[in-house]
Amino acid sequence: MSTEIQEPDLSGDELRGDRATDRRVKRVLFGCASITVLTTIALFVVLFDNAAGYFYGARIWEVLIGQESFRQTVSLSEFFSGTRWAPVRSPPAHGALPIIWGTLVITIGAAFVSIPIGTATALYLSEYAKPTTRNRLKPILEVLAGIPTIVYGFFAVSFITPIVVGALGSLFGISVGRYSMMAGWIVVGTMTIPMVSSISEDAMQAVPDDLRNGAYALGATKYEVSLRIVLPAALSGILASYILAISRAIGETMAVSLAAGFQPQLTANPFSEIMTMTAYMVSLARGTTAVGSVEYQSLFAVGLILFIMTLTANLINDYLKRRFQEVYR
Amino acid sequence: MSTDTERGSEAIGQSITDVDLSSEKFKNRVFYATLVAASSFGVIMLVFLFADIFYEGIIGQQRFGIEISRFLGNTGSQTPGNAGFYSAIVASIWLMLLTTAFILFLGISTALYLVEYAPDNRTTRLIEANLANLAGVPSVVYGILILALIVNGAGLGSVILAGAIALSALVVPIVIVASIEAIRAVPDGMRDGSAAAGATQWQTIRRVVLPQAIPGIMTGTILALARAVGETAPLLMVGALFTDTSVPSGPFDSFSSMPVQIYNWTYLPQREFLALAAMGIIVLLLVLLAMQAVAVYIRRKYERDVSLTGV
Amino acid sequence: MSTQDDTHKLISTEVQVDEQTHEDTAETVVSAEKLNVYYGEEKALSDVSAEIPERRVTAIIGPSGCGKSTFLRSINRMNDRISMCQVEGTLRFNGKNVYDDDVDPVALRRRIGQVFQSPNPFPKSIYDNVAYGLRVQGKADKVDLDKQVERALKQAALWDEVKDQLDSSGLDLSGGQQQRLCIARAIAPDPEVILMDEPTSALDPVAAAKIEDLIEDLAQNYTVIIVTHNMQQAARISDKTAVFLTGGKLVEFDDTATIFEDPEDQRVEDYITGKFG
Repeated sequence: MSTEIQEPDLSGDELRGDRATDRRVKRVLFGCASITVLTTIALFVVLFDNAAGYFYGARIWEVLIGQESFRQTVSLSEFFSGTRWAPVRSPPAHGALPIIWGTLVITIGAAFVSIPIGTATALYLSEYAKPTTRNRLKPILEVLAGIPTIVYGFFAVSFITPIVVGALGSLFGISVGRYSMMAGWIVVGTMTIPMVSSISEDAMQAVPDDLRNGAYALGATKYEVSLRIVLPAALSGILASYILAISRAIGETMAVSLAAGFQPQLTANPFSEIMTMTAYMVSLARGTTAVGSVEYQSLFAVGLILFIMTLTANLINDYLKRRFQEVYR
Repeated sequence: MSTDTERGSEAIGQSITDVDLSSEKFKNRVFYATLVAASSFGVIMLVFLFADIFYEGIIGQQRFGIEISRFLGNTGSQTPGNAGFYSAIVASIWLMLLTTAFILFLGISTALYLVEYAPDNRTTRLIEANLANLAGVPSVVYGILILALIVNGAGLGSVILAGAIALSALVVPIVIVASIEAIRAVPDGMRDGSAAAGATQWQTIRRVVLPQAIPGIMTGTILALARAVGETAPLLMVGALFTDTSVPSGPFDSFSSMPVQIYNWTYLPQREFLALAAMGIIVLLLVLLAMQAVAVYIRRKYERDVSLTGV
Repeated sequence: MSTQDDTHKLISTEVQVDEQTHEDTAETVVSAEKLNVYYGEEKALSDVSAEIPERRVTAIIGPSGCGKSTFLRSINRMNDRISMCQVEGTLRFNGKNVYDDDVDPVALRRRIGQVFQSPNPFPKSIYDNVAYGLRVQGKADKVDLDKQVERALKQAALWDEVKDQLDSSGLDLSGGQQQRLCIARAIAPDPEVILMDEPTSALDPVAAAKIEDLIEDLAQNYTVIIVTHNMQQAARISDKTAVFLTGGKLVEFDDTATIFEDPEDQRVEDYITGKFG
């Protein structure tokens, strides 16, 4: 009986057009997805290639095609230990220590603002605040996070430096100029508070209530529970938020340049002007820089250091985040 | 809360009240006060920030007589008495339009590939891990990347298109992550229903998955654009103009932008420029506020739709 | 599991089984030959062989995890959508092995519709939900779409309830109406076979009863294969019944009357009478 039945055609010939579309779409989508990977590769290639031009007088591709050969133009030891940074002046000086110092001192100073205040805010939000207070405070912190960095730069120039730092300076009998390290601390610290507070609060909220109740049952006060139970339990999540804030501070450009200034110098005086790596990059944008010139390539050498610093921070952040998730999920 | 329980325990009996908790209570109170003070810091800074901006803006009106029509109608100028925000606004609109096109296409496509097509293998995991890494790269570094690749490498020059590419590279991870979440949130039952009705994979995506994911994707895109519209550093690196005396009319024109113009006015020493910067910031913040409002509106509307789905 | 006890009582006292099974006239539409399905290491179906007749209701029953849904999904190759899944053996649809290399699963699914456990209408209008299959299959231009939507909704016994609100969202309907909408969606492109995976398990008894009535009517035009864990339901609506037991084995496949009154296999009898599973 079944022999009488014609076998159906399930080859989907009528679907040929649809299937071709399907394949084409898949290829296009894959192409788009790989652009993100290509961007990362391009970052490495462009930064290393131009940095090679800066340190060795030739681009990597020029050497590969045999057009040029490497010759030392800026020694790595001068770059990392020299104390005068003036690649644009003549005679040029290629000691990047002052601008690396600038970035580090701003990052550390800002961390002294954002970490204690951010952590305390997170503790308050997670352990103490009533729901109504929480619902009011959280959007305010989100606004703080959403304000463009250039606005913080304006705030530094028009308020923090002349009024806050100026007042502090006059206490010590120091007249503060247009820019200061301390203004950089305050501004960058303030703008990174929301990153610390929101991510730390998430981590604290993830701590199971059983842990808190156990401590309360033993007669602990709220203060002890917050500091001895919640903080340690949420530690890796909280540390991740610190790393993120630090990474943001390292890469911060507009606010920091308008607050801390453009003077590369190795100083520990919080009232004096300094220059971060990012501020150096901005200062080049203000002038005219010929493609392939030493100052053009110094942009990429500095950018490479910046990229490596933030990449390291991001990898640590990633590790801490995963460790925290392993504990509580 | 803790003070309540302690007060309660005092009332219970002599033996419990004998315990001296006064030092504990003092510590608790100091700690609480510290937390409240620290939490207020952000709020206070925000109040000062806004007060400062408005104060400078009012100075612009009163001391320098900057008319709003002149401010919004004039192009950039070296003389503060003539300077306006118009060319910067137009450039920002161009940048936003191009960036929207780039990040929508790239963001949705990448997310669709990762959720709907990608096999669960190392390449896929690499792409996903790389997204987090890209989101952490400083914006100024994206600026020099596009400077080398597009402005000089492709010989495009310092034009709006190059600026838009830099902004897109910076914010596209935000759109991708938001889109991935929105697409994953579409129930698998929808995909099964569509496949069982004889739809090809692309038909399922286009007719069933995307329409449901669009609100979430739009919200993510608007937030990404809000980030892009306030960015300054990458545009400086690709060679944005500090003072644009002409109005850009297309993607291949040289350009300034709202934040770049604000930067320059803030940088310049004359006080009148600072007032102009404050007025520029007010415009920029109003734009951001409007974008946030749209994002919140879409999210609210979407949440209502979702509650309907939850049968 | 109290339903199984009820079923047992109900069946043994007043036999509700559909007696007329026209076995001699029915052609085989779907036939499995030594079908094995694996999910990774785990074997979900083991050497299943069965011949499913045309325009009849065939019920597949068995305890949970016995592979009955897996069998259903292997008929229209929805199992392909699970990356871990591997199929061995033969499954013929009108004589053609659907696991041959030249078979496009999408083409197969255009001839075999499916209704799922919980109603899954798209967040589109009622009309667009029903028209969906016709549109993706490229039939929308060739037929009178309005007429086909009306026919499908009538066959799904939903037309009278929704004819004035075809533009409103399918999600605004009640659970039972949504499931009938999904049935309308499945039959609108006029498939030959309709697979149903526990279509009433997420519904209240009144809505479930409506779907049951509907299934019996559908068998006049379509071959219906229904997975159910409700033996009472299988006894009421099916002509043939397949009993799967643990390990993905098809233990007995026969006329529903025979399965429920006089099963050959002791294990099936134990299962039917509630001693097992």
